[in-house]
Amino acid sequence: MSPPDPISIALVGNPNVGKTTLFNRLTGLNQRIANFPGVTVERKSGTLTGAPHVEVIDLPGTYSLTPKSLDERIAYEVLVGRRDKAPDLAVCVVDAGNLERNLYVASQVMDIGVPVIVALNMIDAAEENGLVIDASVLEAELGVPVIPLVATRGEGVDQLKKQILDPPEPAQGYRWSLMDAVSAKVPELSRQLTAEVDEVQPGHIQMEVLRALAEDNALDVWRGSAPEFVRRTEELRKEFAERGVAWRHAEVSGRYAWIGPITNKAVRRERESTTVSDRIDALLTHSIFGPLFFLVILIGVFQAVFSWATPAMDLIETGISAFAGTVQSVFPPGWATDLLADGVITGVGNVVVFLPQILLLFFFLGLMEDTGYMARSAFIMDRIMKRVGLSGGSVLPLLSSYACAIPGIMAARTLDNERDRLITIMVAPLMSCSARLPVYTLFIAAFIPAGTLMGVFGTQGLAMFSMYMMGTVMAFGAAAVLKRFVFTKGPESYFVMELPPYRRPRARQLLLRMIQRSKVFAVRAGKIILACSIVLWFLASYPAVDTDSLRMQIEMQAAEQREAGYAEAETLLPAPDMALPALDDSLDVGDPVMAQIQAMMQQAEYNYTAAMDSAQLVQQSAQIRGSAIGYMGRILEPVMQPLGFDWKISAGLVSAFAAREVIISTLGIIYSVADAEEGVALRDALKADRYPDGRPVFTPLVAVSLLVFFVFALQCMSTLAIARRETNTWRWPLVMWLYMTILAYIASLLVYQGGQLLGLS
Amino acid sequence: MTLQDLRPGESGRILEFEPNAVTDRLMEMGMLPGSVVQVVRLAPLGDPMDLKVRGYHLSIRKAEAAQIRISKCEA
Ligand SMILES: Nc1nc2c(ncn2[C@@H]2O[C@H](COP(=O)(O)OP(=O)(O)OP(=O)(O)O)[C@@H](O)[C@H]2O)c(=O)[nH]1
Repeated sequence: MSPPDPISIALVGNPNVGKTTLFNRLTGLNQRIANFPGVTVERKSGTLTGAPHVEVIDLPGTYSLTPKSLDERIAYEVLVGRRDKAPDLAVCVVDAGNLERNLYVASQVMDIGVPVIVALNMIDAAEENGLVIDASVLEAELGVPVIPLVATRGEGVDQLKKQILDPPEPAQGYRWSLMDAVSAKVPELSRQLTAEVDEVQPGHIQMEVLRALAEDNALDVWRGSAPEFVRRTEELRKEFAERGVAWRHAEVSGRYAWIGPITNKAVRRERESTTVSDRIDALLTHSIFGPLFFLVILIGVFQAVFSWATPAMDLIETGISAFAGTVQSVFPPGWATDLLADGVITGVGNVVVFLPQILLLFFFLGLMEDTGYMARSAFIMDRIMKRVGLSGGSVLPLLSSYACAIPGIMAARTLDNERDRLITIMVAPLMSCSARLPVYTLFIAAFIPAGTLMGVFGTQGLAMFSMYMMGTVMAFGAAAVLKRFVFTKGPESYFVMELPPYRRPRARQLLLRMIQRSKVFAVRAGKIILACSIVLWFLASYPAVDTDSLRMQIEMQAAEQREAGYAEAETLLPAPDMALPALDDSLDVGDPVMAQIQAMMQQAEYNYTAAMDSAQLVQQSAQIRGSAIGYMGRILEPVMQPLGFDWKISAGLVSAFAAREVIISTLGIIYSVADAEEGVALRDALKADRYPDGRPVFTPLVAVSLLVFFVFALQCMSTLAIARRETNTWRWPLVMWLYMTILAYIASLLVYQGGQLLGLS
Repeated sequence: MTLQDLRPGESGRILEFEPNAVTDRLMEMGMLPGSVVQVVRLAPLGDPMDLKVRGYHLSIRKAEAAQIRISKCEA
């Protein structure tokens, strides 16, 4: 027996009907997530469990196949075979509780001419709401197999699989009827289009014509290749308009006119019910309680993300430095080992360390999505977002950006208004992400005096809060400015959002999605950070400074000092020929003079060890001073001086270009502080540093200026790379980097210069 | 009158739309001339509206609702 020919099936349907749940049921864990070539829409595919020759593709959720958003365009292009090979079978997933609207897109899919199976999902929820659906009536009326399902519980999935392996004939399309005035013109337009282009399959011509007639976007596609068709279509539109023919909604009305009676026949409403969902909504979107609840959720999530992640992050940090240390000691010393330990492992560690936060954030976001609360938060926030020209749809991407701009930027895909999407991407990095947190923590702890304001608010906590506020307010401001001056073209932002019924989340589904999304983040960000870390390592290690002689000098000095210490102790001996007492202070030497001698010897030993320990740190510090990064810091110093930054901070900023938090380890090296992550030692070193004229390098004002710089500056290669992917051009990431850097510079300049004028330091 | 003029709890039958991309989308989601729409509630800040159309909830802004002419249904 030869293996069966490979076939592919596509899952289509409205957003939120359980496509992904079903996809997971069908494929188990044999999944692959990639992007459709050239665009940012995710292509999720896997093989059917038990039938590896069947590839299942989960298409993005769509309300229609007429292109309004990128997602819809892709779904359409896949189905008609303009992306990959056309699928051999389409499974239309529909929500049984909302059949009418769900069958709309199903009717469009049926017109394409592929075999179609309707997966009637969520019958459990429909029944709870008093709806009884007769699948056999539906099957007869639609003319395609209908399989009732409860995807979450796996009910009906086996029947569906059987049906998939024994696919029906291609669905018979165009069972609905178009209004006469319009349908009379379709043959003429079809002929015209066929005459001008030959890329459209004969079976899809009518669909293309209808789309072009109804939608400006769809018509524009043909402007280049079929100008005569476009001209004629526009002429007809005018003609229709004069005769009062509603050409715009001819297709939509025709389809709903067909679907309406079918659902009436197949669906029986057993009882009228105000659903549980309606009652929850009355509470959660209540004019006072609603916003309050939203705020509580928000604060709760942040609290949880930050506090729950901390132990895991500490563990990872320790693990990574231990691992790097092991590598250092196991492999022969040399530049390759250093690169591996300090460059690669530490670099990857910089990403991995954020995973706990990212996982938690994705978990909570997934929870909000799966329960249906996300749509409510958009509903509540839309009015506020509108003031800056965005819509409630931007709430989710911007919230995600508090953890990391990368998932935030990726989440902007759900916005079907391209203008809104671009603006959201452009301002997302202004939301203070978790990579800024260690920097905030270090400088606030070091330079903002602990205390309380008006007796209630801790000053340090307040300072931290202002950092987040500053970024958020600036993000809104930037959105308004971008909307008014940069992204001036395109439709006004609008808000059309389904409020799906509240649903009980499923742990399996939640965890799976959390892991998938985090993986995408880790892989994408990881690659870039890794590359940058390697480059940075080279910049910090070369040109190599001859630090060995420096080390030898330190060691010699240390030895001499120890010697001197002993010599001094000897002078105190009562008799010149007496032996020095033992070093071990657990032995009671009795005599106070001898005890003093013993203490001096111990001091000499202690100083010696400390000096030897610091030799390596001093060596590293000398290396970075002489390295390319140190050099860049000195070149930048005159530019950064007006912000209050010396060459060391400037060098730190250079190193933080790839990832913000790196500045801490760089400063740690420059100041030769072991364990910069621990913070306390570095804090003291920063406070103690002086310019040659005796002024302190770090004053509270400098620290504030630096903090403000970090709030606004885009120091994150991964964000730039993701923005490049999501906008398909280098232009927007470049603009993003420029505007944020300029913003950061000006803001810090104002803080530092303004502060000095006010006599602060 | 337009859909914007309805108060929570009131329903209306759609007469016609201003033709544009947003109303195209609304039609695809089942709001067609002839359909009955109920305003369920307003968001806490008074905008957008929560509508009930063909048995499901859809939220749109008042600005969009103002592009939809309706006749009010008597309760
Ligand atoms: N009661 C019930 N809930 C279901 C069923 N199938 C899915 N759900 C829930 O519906 C919600 C949405 O499911 P998803 O699988 O994410 O839907 P989707 O169609 O992939 O959504 P998009 O990714 O937005 O396109 C989840 O909370 C599921 O747990 C079902 O058969 N019954």
